[in-house]
Amino acid sequence: MSTSPSPLYPAPEEPLEHDNTLQQQTPVEPIVASTVTPEVPSASGMREHWRDLWRMITLNPKVMIGLIIILFFLLMALFGPVVVRTNPSAFSNARMQPPSAAHWLGTTNTGQDVFAQVVDGARVSVLWGFATGLAATLIALLVGLLAGTVGGLVDELLMLLANIFLVLPGIVLAIVIASFTSNTPLRGPLAIAIALVITGWSWTARVLRGQTLSLSKRDFVEAARASGESLWRIIVFEILPNEISIVIAGFVGTVLYVILADAALEFIGVGDPSIISWGNMFYWAGNNDALLLGAWWWFVPPGLCVALIGVGLALLNFGIDEIANPRLRREAKVKPVKGTQPGQSAQPAQSRQIAQTKKGVA
Amino acid sequence: MRHLLRRIGFYLVAFWASITLTFLIPRLAPGNPAQALMARFAGRLRPEELKALEIEFGVSTHQSLWQQYIQYLGQLLHGNLGTSFSYFPTPVATVIGQQLPWTLVLAGVSVVISFTLGTLLGIVVAWRRGGLLDSILTPLFIFVSAIPYFWLALILLYVLAYKLNWFPTFGGYSIGLTPGWNIDFILSAAQHAILPAITIVITSAAGWLLGMRNAMITTLAEDYVLMAEAKGLSQGRVMMSYAARNAILPNVTGFAMAIGFVVAGQLLTEIVFSYPGIGFGLLQAIQNSDYPLISGVFLIIAFAVLGANFIVDMLYGVLDPRVR
Repeated sequence: MSTSPSPLYPAPEEPLEHDNTLQQQTPVEPIVASTVTPEVPSASGMREHWRDLWRMITLNPKVMIGLIIILFFLLMALFGPVVVRTNPSAFSNARMQPPSAAHWLGTTNTGQDVFAQVVDGARVSVLWGFATGLAATLIALLVGLLAGTVGGLVDELLMLLANIFLVLPGIVLAIVIASFTSNTPLRGPLAIAIALVITGWSWTARVLRGQTLSLSKRDFVEAARASGESLWRIIVFEILPNEISIVIAGFVGTVLYVILADAALEFIGVGDPSIISWGNMFYWAGNNDALLLGAWWWFVPPGLCVALIGVGLALLNFGIDEIANPRLRREAKVKPVKGTQPGQSAQPAQSRQIAQTKKGVA
Repeated sequence: MRHLLRRIGFYLVAFWASITLTFLIPRLAPGNPAQALMARFAGRLRPEELKALEIEFGVSTHQSLWQQYIQYLGQLLHGNLGTSFSYFPTPVATVIGQQLPWTLVLAGVSVVISFTLGTLLGIVVAWRRGGLLDSILTPLFIFVSAIPYFWLALILLYVLAYKLNWFPTFGGYSIGLTPGWNIDFILSAAQHAILPAITIVITSAAGWLLGMRNAMITTLAEDYVLMAEAKGLSQGRVMMSYAARNAILPNVTGFAMAIGFVVAGQLLTEIVFSYPGIGFGLLQAIQNSDYPLISGVFLIIAFAVLGANFIVDMLYGVLDPRVR
């Protein structure tokens, strides 16, 4: 990392991924084991591609569990209100009721059904979360790829901007931005989304820029340049396919940040309290002293949902990390060699041996 | 040396950027919040309060944006962060000054504890990889790191303080005690700080642990660790002096990066526990639409985070000779 401004901000969460010493191995294309350069794939090559991907996903339990959780919440967000017919904003006389047969998760202080609110709130929380994450990742993609390929002054300026936004406390800035719009008609999920996109793009952009920088010095990119490919073709067809796993990891991480931050912002009250979402359930529960009145069913379910989808996203990220960095994968438990201490000194050395024979590296 | 100059230059630019952001946001937010606020309070404010607000946000002055900016910078240099609106006529700096010590004490203690705990546990967990501790703690902490800070705080508050009555439910000290350097107050303050501190430690230690674990795992595969083992050094020595010492570097940089998140978690925890720090003050400011106070708090937090990052940056130069 001798050319980048500071080692203080290496690619976070994958610091050693981008360490120069590791770049001898294929950094980011675990799926295509045989080649690094994305040649025009043959028909059987593509099928193999997908089969490898499928095997990679199903073999890694973290990725499986994460994907299942996320899929569950996406389905809940898209089809939940159709399946659960109860009107979440209907007032009723059954106030602050604990969970019962009539109201599966109890009621709020105005008699609204908590279960219906959780299912309906998923729409706003989950879908806005993914949309905002997508927007932030797209901006990060643009900035990172541009900075990494063009280099020079553009690179310096863009990275300065990214570093500034990275070092300023993001959520606090988002709170401030959202609080200033909360008295205006703009309040609500859109204002929060804008605030979170402004504060959330910089991390992924830095990671992408680092990787793009190292990739653009590789032979196949030089060859593409020499044969006269235009800049955007190089970016999209040569460099980007090799960075897909980082982009996905960045997207997942950003969505995680957005969903948690969104819940926090709405809890504080800078969202639009008239909309039903998980964060706003916290807000109303807090404002109506749900805690002091013992109405745990009001704030525990939305929190559980946020936590679960957060866990799903985090697991997915860890899984992708493990796929991309084989050293992090679980090695098989090894019996201690006779004469050494059981477990400790034998394990690192032997797992090293196993890892080396697996990779076939001398 | 050149690297050092670059870093200092960067931090100067970052400081300037945070000041400019604080200046611009109230004025550029769509819907013109200052005017909206003034319209809302037009009948309820005393004339001098209206005037202060006008000056604060340049609503009806005829100065250009640039002139207002210069005026703002001048005010800042004199330590004048404006006049709080909800505590009129107390200046913002005074309000923040009262709340800041609470936050600093809580944050300082919690961060030190969670960083130490998380890093040490990460070392141990990575050393005995696949062992009992690893298979229990790692998934547990992955789960914990994905939980929203404030939700965990709510749960802990509900279970430990409300239901079991082990800890006080809100505030920084018991009502009726006079703040001061007397034993009663200090004990009461300490008692009120335990639950918030536990919340912060639990949620942030997860991050350090997982980061340290990943770094250690990669470091343990290095040749010099193998060499140390071959030399016959004790397990503890290899683990600490060879592996951990190098693996901690990414964690130190992660610490700098995470300071922003630590601050955010601190804010939310204070809000949940009604702890009289800056976070709680920010919440009240938001609820009262006290824009000068909101801007002031943001500026102070930004400065603190930048300052902390700067210190860690310099520290990293000391720790890693390759950077010098």
